[in-house]
Amino acid sequence: MIETIIFYVFAVATVTSACAVVTVRNPVHAVLFLVLTFFTSAVIWMTLEAEFLAISLVLVYVGAVMVLFIFVVMMLDINVARMREGFVRYLPLGLAVAAIMLMMMLSVVTSDVFVMDLGAEPVHGADYSNTKELGAVLYTKYVFAFEIASVILLVAIIAAISLTMRKRAKTKYQSPSAQMKVRSGDRLRIVKMPSSEEG
Amino acid sequence: MMTPTLSHYLILAAVLFSISIAGIVINRKNIIVLLMSIELMLLAVNLNFIAFSHYLDDIAGQVFVFFILTVAAAEAAIGLAILVVLFHNRGSISVEDINEMKG
Repeated sequence: MIETIIFYVFAVATVTSACAVVTVRNPVHAVLFLVLTFFTSAVIWMTLEAEFLAISLVLVYVGAVMVLFIFVVMMLDINVARMREGFVRYLPLGLAVAAIMLMMMLSVVTSDVFVMDLGAEPVHGADYSNTKELGAVLYTKYVFAFEIASVILLVAIIAAISLTMRKRAKTKYQSPSAQMKVRSGDRLRIVKMPSSEEG
Repeated sequence: MMTPTLSHYLILAAVLFSISIAGIVINRKNIIVLLMSIELMLLAVNLNFIAFSHYLDDIAGQVFVFFILTVAAAEAAIGLAILVVLFHNRGSISVEDINEMKG
């Protein structure tokens, strides 16, 4: 019974905050509503016994990606009025597209063709550890996919740094390699000249 | 109230996905909300994976969600980096102004 109440409360909260993400005027508020959406989804994932992913959604998404979003939104000077152009004009089209897609998906999900007669929900004992289960397959069966994921993250790091690193014209830099390569001959010139005698 | 079954979770994911589709259409000028709608879409897909993983009692779906989270984090980082560079170069992030590469 308590699962039912949790599901409905958090499902309504998720859908409401997702609607707010795409409709609010201020981008900062949109990011904060997206954070709320991620939190409520994490609770729903937790009721599905995906505890590790629920925690990593909060840590990785809310803790890192959304903070990055807020940082960028606050750093950029956004012209909200310009951004909202066409909002009313595209609203009927957007709602129509969403309604059509929703009807298509619901007709598939709720149809008799797609009835998944799974019987009772799988019940795990109190000693079931989702993290242990995930770790057992992640480093054995899916180890190559795991390594590809790490390469993707490396590529993302290099791309983000190389995109945003800029050389400013006005700033003065030290060049350590040029400093190391310098020879005494480059800096010091010994001039031989005859001594002048008093006469 | 019915106890939640697999179709409840699938319907919730479908609703979330449709909201993000609508968000992409109605916020065509706002590239930040476009990026956020894509994140929302990935969240809906992840919910599907986790629901199936739970009801089929197969951990593979959760492993897949793990990789989707990785790729989505990389995508957000690169997308926001491009946005920052664009803002420095053009002084605006309006989608209308990004037509430099128009063929």
